[in-house]
Amino acid sequence: MKAAPFEYARAGSLAEACALLAQHGPDAKLIAGGQSLVPMMAMRLARPAWLVDINDAADLQQIAVDGDHVRIGGGVRQARLERDAAIAAKLPLLPQALRWVGHAQTRNRGTPGGSMVHADPSAEIPLVAVTLGAELKLVSEAEQTWMPAQEFFLAPMVTAIAPDQCLAELRFPVWHEARTGCAFQEVAIRHGDFALASACAQVALDEAGRCTRAAIGVGGAGPVPVALTDVAGQLKGGMLDERAIVDAASAAAAGVEPEADLHASAEYRRHLAQVLVAAALRAAREAALNRRPS
Amino acid sequence: MSERQYTITLDVNGVKRSGIAPARMTLVDFLRDVLRLTGTHIGCEHGICGACSILLDGEPVRSCLMYAVQADGHRVTTVEGLAAADGKLSPLQDSFCEAHALQCGYCTPGMLIASHALLETKADPSEADIREAISGNLCRCTGYQQIVEAVKLAAERRRKEKSA
Amino acid sequence: MSAPGTGPFRYIGRKRRTKEDPRFVTGRGRYAADLALDGMKHVALVTSPHPSARIRAIRTDKALAAPGVQYVLTGEEFVANTDALQMGVDAPKVQRYALAHRVVRYAGEWVAAVVADTRALAEDAAELVEVDYEPTPYVLDGERSFADKSVLVHPDHGSNVLYHRVFKWGPVDEAFARAEHQLSFSVRWARSATVPIETFGVLAEWNAGMELLDIWASIQMPKFPDQTARALRLPGNCVRVHYDVDVGGSYGVKRGIKHTVLVAYLARRLGFPVRLIEDRLENMRGGDMHGPDRKFDVSVAYTRDGTITGLKIRALDDVGAYAGRSPLQLGKPVGAIVGPYLIPAVEYEPISVMTHKTPQEAVRGFGQSPTNYAIETAIDRVARALGMDPVALRERNMIRREQFPYTIPSGTTYDSGDFHTVLRKALDAIDYGALVRWRDEVRAAGGLAGIGISTCLEPNGGNSAFEPLFNPKNQTTTWMDSCLVRVDLSGAITGVMNTSSSGQGHETLVATCVGEILERDPATIRVARADSLTALPSNSPVGSRMAIMLGGAAAGAAKKIKAALIRIASHNLGIPEADLEYVQGDVRAIAHPDRMMTWEQLVEIAHRKYHQMPPGMDPGLQEKFVWEVPKGGALPTADGRVHMYPCFSFETHVVGVQVDPLTGQPRLAKYVCGHDCGVMINPDIVHGMTYGGIAHGIGAALYEKFAYSDNGQLESQTFMDYLMPSAMEVPALGIVDHCTPSPLTEFGQKGSGEAGYLGAPAAISNAINDALAPLGTGIFELPMTPHALWRRISAARRDA
Repeated sequence: MKAAPFEYARAGSLAEACALLAQHGPDAKLIAGGQSLVPMMAMRLARPAWLVDINDAADLQQIAVDGDHVRIGGGVRQARLERDAAIAAKLPLLPQALRWVGHAQTRNRGTPGGSMVHADPSAEIPLVAVTLGAELKLVSEAEQTWMPAQEFFLAPMVTAIAPDQCLAELRFPVWHEARTGCAFQEVAIRHGDFALASACAQVALDEAGRCTRAAIGVGGAGPVPVALTDVAGQLKGGMLDERAIVDAASAAAAGVEPEADLHASAEYRRHLAQVLVAAALRAAREAALNRRPS
Repeated sequence: MSERQYTITLDVNGVKRSGIAPARMTLVDFLRDVLRLTGTHIGCEHGICGACSILLDGEPVRSCLMYAVQADGHRVTTVEGLAAADGKLSPLQDSFCEAHALQCGYCTPGMLIASHALLETKADPSEADIREAISGNLCRCTGYQQIVEAVKLAAERRRKEKSA
Repeated sequence: MSAPGTGPFRYIGRKRRTKEDPRFVTGRGRYAADLALDGMKHVALVTSPHPSARIRAIRTDKALAAPGVQYVLTGEEFVANTDALQMGVDAPKVQRYALAHRVVRYAGEWVAAVVADTRALAEDAAELVEVDYEPTPYVLDGERSFADKSVLVHPDHGSNVLYHRVFKWGPVDEAFARAEHQLSFSVRWARSATVPIETFGVLAEWNAGMELLDIWASIQMPKFPDQTARALRLPGNCVRVHYDVDVGGSYGVKRGIKHTVLVAYLARRLGFPVRLIEDRLENMRGGDMHGPDRKFDVSVAYTRDGTITGLKIRALDDVGAYAGRSPLQLGKPVGAIVGPYLIPAVEYEPISVMTHKTPQEAVRGFGQSPTNYAIETAIDRVARALGMDPVALRERNMIRREQFPYTIPSGTTYDSGDFHTVLRKALDAIDYGALVRWRDEVRAAGGLAGIGISTCLEPNGGNSAFEPLFNPKNQTTTWMDSCLVRVDLSGAITGVMNTSSSGQGHETLVATCVGEILERDPATIRVARADSLTALPSNSPVGSRMAIMLGGAAAGAAKKIKAALIRIASHNLGIPEADLEYVQGDVRAIAHPDRMMTWEQLVEIAHRKYHQMPPGMDPGLQEKFVWEVPKGGALPTADGRVHMYPCFSFETHVVGVQVDPLTGQPRLAKYVCGHDCGVMINPDIVHGMTYGGIAHGIGAALYEKFAYSDNGQLESQTFMDYLMPSAMEVPALGIVDHCTPSPLTEFGQKGSGEAGYLGAPAAISNAINDALAPLGTGIFELPMTPHALWRRISAARRDA
């Protein structure tokens, strides 16, 4: 399983990477961690003529936390995101999700940018991005644009990124509510496997325990990860009780379009979506109730 | 051959090594076939089995998921670099022998790398920690039981050596 | 959890580091892919995308023009110049070659071989080989291929059936006619295999000046040099297989005979060394290393108090598009067809069929694990039907300690055992009462939990009498092994073994056995390997035979050395042998211990002092021991009775499992295996293989399947979809040992190479079925994936 031949260039910066992409055209691909791309190249399912290596681009490896946003460079290692204290404090859903991403060895190389662009329907980072309404900074030599994560995923393994663009940054909104809780739930056959289905939830409660804000997402149960904004919206203003959670989970299951493969039927995935949304909401609520006001 | 060749220079087990390879040669193929360090093994070439695990700048990664050109300028540790310069087995390697944590030996270099990386960050890992750390390394011989025992033994011996 | 045996032995049974481990922990193994010869070229395969098709044309010009390409070989040339590979059953029209000729019969079949300067260049060129296929109808279902002749995998064979017979041993019809109760069910063992982490690799070099073919391969196969030579139309002494290649796991499957004949042909044809290291895709799709793919239909006759009086098993196995020894995997279980039970009447109907799938090869246990799964399911079904405790039912039906040796209806005699004690030990070790309470607590809280037990035999010794049983034209009764032991002039001991190893610790085995007899430290004993030209006869490590056969040969050779030393001492001391004793290499007079000769003196006489040697004795100090498997040498009777394997190890698994009622995910909560393999020569090695066998069994039970789509494509062809258990899926395992020595072996040892695998899937299945029982449902096919379990659970809830 040797890759087809290609040419290789190392980019020392985002600008260099974009210049190389522009220079070499649509047959050039960026490589960061390579944990998804290299296997595809080994199986000759991907055959870029040029690989532009961005592992040395320091400007893609920044983590910045300001009042309202957590900004993560596309080239930051997943392992670093797992350990980062600021991210744990301001974006706790991400480290929770990362526990499900592959294995320690793959997280030492893998990046959020790579995971997003690879766009496996069951991937965890894309699910967090759409659920929390992250924005993606897409940069080419000519310009830079921001795109909501919810518009980024078009089909399994297909995104809106153009061949000359680099996913330079993911910008997540920080929730300021005092009582915020989140949870990531997944069913995989083995530890570290692709999710058969996954769900995540983030909720904010007021002093009375009323839900003031919610975000719910389901992965692996459709061609792309989905943010269930309507279902989440229904929870706003109500007590996040068992009845509300069960109804939300039901609505979530109705709102997904799962596919069958050799590991799971569509029906099973839909059922898992329901189970996992309920579990995620319950766990998020518990986390919110237990949280000390910051 | 029409493929462009790249000169790759890197630190392998503390020694500067150089070799020539096309861009598409993976790091594991480079280590094995160009540098003739055949201790690192190939099991799947798609990043699942972990037999190709090495330390890249001190962290465990799958060397079948990197191209050799990407490793230029970096520091690599393979199983051949775990023993002391005089050949004395590390406490971890010796513990693998003591607990018979291997049979065919094929997954063993990867297991050693993953376990070594764990012990460098956790002096007293629990059984759950150990199983998690080697969860990306598949073994078909041992059922993992004696590997877990070996890593526990190694942790204990390393703690004793440190406090001595 | 258990203490190694501390019997009357000096070295045997004691904890001892193996000889093999040090080289592997330093990365100094020597596997096929580590070997390189000057001028070596590399092979990549062109494979069929179709499950069945005629090959209309193959155009190789573009591939030949590609960079670095040396040659492109197609089936036309290959089939004209080599002979078909051998098969275990009598089906001469089912011909198998490494490359397809005129037709392809499974997706992944090798159609052409490209030889190039590097593997990467060979793969590039393989993409440029153009093959015109005309797809033809195919059959993928075993029952259909059995019943229906409209689509034939090998039309010249006339059907898709490679073997079919109904064996009746004992008064079967009577037993069922008079049965107070009977029940019937089916179980399905999915196609899986032991899938080693190392793929198959082979390097071949033809030396024209010597007319000698050298082969280095990752091999575990009986008669490998002979079959290679035969297919290449070479005399046997023109092939030299090097057994000192480390094999990265095999567990039965590494029978790369087609790879070897292909590569050797190319090496001879092209005049330079050629190497093929399968990549994982080639291995999974076209390496021909799949395992049993079997449906069992079982009927049991029993009394109201739980005594089983009769058993009927129909076993239909789909071997894929070609066969080597694979159909024989229906035959080996004949030697333990009643399991550990006193069942007096058995009907066994094995059916081996072909479909358009990747061929099957020998897998650990050679068909015994699937058979145990069927038998143990029967036991639990009877228990459930009678409302009887599965432990009590087993205790009622198991052969008792005082009944050994015990001959089963199909003609094999079990050598020794104490099944009841091992079962009790396992139940105590797991604290069965606490486990039952745990299960009941989980159930009371609305969860699904179950306990599963299996009590199974591990036949060992490799008396492969299923060969003549399934093919009367193959009158083979020789299953042998051997060892040569030398003491050199310096007094150092070397044992020479005559086959390859794949992690079983054979060097340690030989050193320990030789050391035991000669009372010399095994750490000082070197174990070397002959090559196939210098080797004594060996039938390879199969059938869990090496502890018995190689251990026995090593001990036998060592005994001859010991006798020689005593004889030299007697001659030089002038004392009759009967008045001498051998003590750790020295020989002394029993009555006057100061009258002695040392090891060093005796060795020197043997090597240098011919004038002090007893008359007629050979100079030097070396002895060989070659022997036939105990109880071997007989052909089957007309009604299919024959003694198969000589020794029987026993394993009992007790498993506590929990199933998530919402997601169907299973969790192995507690796992203990009670194991009796007689005297353990090296407990760490035995335990290691048992743990590994259990892990293989967990894989087969819960995760692993070579799944085919309706259009004949292997869907689980990478490790992304063929899922093998990691350290997170295999729980902490406990083993409790018992020792019932074999009366047939030197030290009382039995084999243990298949331990764990033979009983694990059965126990896990029983546990999961116990968990599902309160819902009124069960699951009778493997693997028991979360999806499969959820379907049962939700269907049961709907029906409720």
